[in-house]
Amino acid sequence: MAVTSAAVQPRRSTLSRILAFVSESHNALGFGFMLPAAALLLVFLTYPLGLGVWLGFTDARIGRPGIFIGFENYEYLWDDAVFWLSVFNTLLYTISASILKFALGLWLALILNQNLPFKSFFRAIVLLPWVVPTVLSAIAFWWIYDSQFSILSWALMEMGLIDHRINFLGDPENARASVIAANVWRGIPFVAITLLAGLQTIPQSLYEAATLDGASRWQLFRYVTLPLLTPIIAITMTFSVLFTFTDFQLIYVLTRGGPVNATHLMATLSFQRGISGGQLGEGAAIAVAMIPFLLAAILFSYFGLQRRKWQQGGGD
Amino acid sequence: MTAIETSKRPELDEGGMGYLQSLPRRVVTVYLPLLIFVIVLLFPFYWMTITAVKPNLEMTDYANFNPFWVVHPTLEHIRYLLFETSYPGWLLNTIIISTAATFLSLLAAVFAAYAIERLRFSGARQVGLAVFLAYLVPPSILFIPLSVMVFNLGLYDTPFALILTYPTFLIPFCTWLLMGYFRSIPFELEECALIDGASRWQILTKIVLPLSVPGLISAGIFAFTLSWNEFIYALTFIQSSENKTVPVGVLTELVRSDVYEWGALMAGALIGSLPVVVLYSFFVEHYVSSMTGAVKE
Repeated sequence: MAVTSAAVQPRRSTLSRILAFVSESHNALGFGFMLPAAALLLVFLTYPLGLGVWLGFTDARIGRPGIFIGFENYEYLWDDAVFWLSVFNTLLYTISASILKFALGLWLALILNQNLPFKSFFRAIVLLPWVVPTVLSAIAFWWIYDSQFSILSWALMEMGLIDHRINFLGDPENARASVIAANVWRGIPFVAITLLAGLQTIPQSLYEAATLDGASRWQLFRYVTLPLLTPIIAITMTFSVLFTFTDFQLIYVLTRGGPVNATHLMATLSFQRGISGGQLGEGAAIAVAMIPFLLAAILFSYFGLQRRKWQQGGGD
Repeated sequence: MTAIETSKRPELDEGGMGYLQSLPRRVVTVYLPLLIFVIVLLFPFYWMTITAVKPNLEMTDYANFNPFWVVHPTLEHIRYLLFETSYPGWLLNTIIISTAATFLSLLAAVFAAYAIERLRFSGARQVGLAVFLAYLVPPSILFIPLSVMVFNLGLYDTPFALILTYPTFLIPFCTWLLMGYFRSIPFELEECALIDGASRWQILTKIVLPLSVPGLISAGIFAFTLSWNEFIYALTFIQSSENKTVPVGVLTELVRSDVYEWGALMAGALIGSLPVVVLYSFFVEHYVSSMTGAVKE
């Protein structure tokens, strides 16, 4: 409001002259405009990030500030079989879920890109699993995977495919497959809708030209669709990998890391040791151990974006 | 504006070469897989709904009742949930926290996005990149240090713990989305206003903001949905039952001992999902087109 009056009033007091200077200098005004966002992010994002790294070097517990103990937490984790199991689980979970999400998501995107009746209706309902709170849909999966009353077991038994109930979450191998399935279910819509957005930017004329040149359906996909879609695939999958790698909610609801730590991810182990167990320093060290993997994903995204610029002839 | 164009354009091209496919082939390659996808993606919601209105007797007796249907629907679980648990309180907490966090984030993001995209102060590009990187920092590695901070600031177990921490993932996202939107507004409009003697503040409030209402709506919906769905911070920073949000409350308070009250749990999950689903279905066009735009940028 004050800035407004500074510009409108011809008579200038000292205050309005300062305001006028600020509103004309891009740097001063830019600084002022950035202030609220920057303050919130610096205090609640950058500072905790540093604090987390610091906590990883201390023996802090809940209710007791820690003292610096160097790499002791990391040395302890290095010899901890459960930690390495969680690293293995996280990689297995991320890689298999991402591959499935990509394959199924791309397939769904290709289907939705066809000329369909009720197209927008289908696009809307397909997004539902992604909109609904993960914890609440995970609770539905928990009930679907119930050891006694699982609807899947019942349906498969009725069809005569199996002769006893499946112990979805009680057996290590089954539990891993079950949480991956639930994660894929939730992740498909995001991948499908973003790839669909990418598919829609590919001009139809390219397909017509390729068809006139005698390209088969596979060749259309391999030599037209895929190369033009690569940049968006790179970005989408980086996000997908990032969020799968740091997943917490689904595991916390379905298994809490069990049975015998078979589904513990680094995030859930960090919560269990840091918050439930009260060993803040150790929990923070586990969280910090996730950072190298995240950096790898971000670099991957960066080079994905570079390639996109190059493909578009260096423009923005 | 780019977002709108992208979502409209395919209608011209649409199914350009679909006529080359025979109907039986389309059924096998398009309709059948689509049907399977839709059934798999929607089944958990169907199962949630049917369980929420199923009497306990039918829920556990698969021999006499087909589990896929409900013979005597009941509102007992929903009544129990609304009148005998703290559920309405959690719903209210979630609404207050999500609204406040969304409002705060949008306010900060509008200024930040305008400054980065249009004021072009020195270092604007680097700041834009930093905002993008901030979006890539996951809550899973921040919750431990944040819990220490929240405790030291005396915010533990208050709604402010969540209202102040949710913007850490909302601001980067909203800023990024709004930057794309502001970019689509022609520079000429601002130049005209500048020549007519408008201040930067007037340009922002009278020209840029009215033109970016669709972008603001989608950023607002995204932010509201993200805060509604947030779990790990709410689980870590809130202790007492009456301050919990819906996802945390349903999981930690409705699950007691060995007897799971599946009916009430499913009703809780269903009612907790409804607000975001309704909000989203009203603005689904914005949602999809802004996603298209956000990806394009």
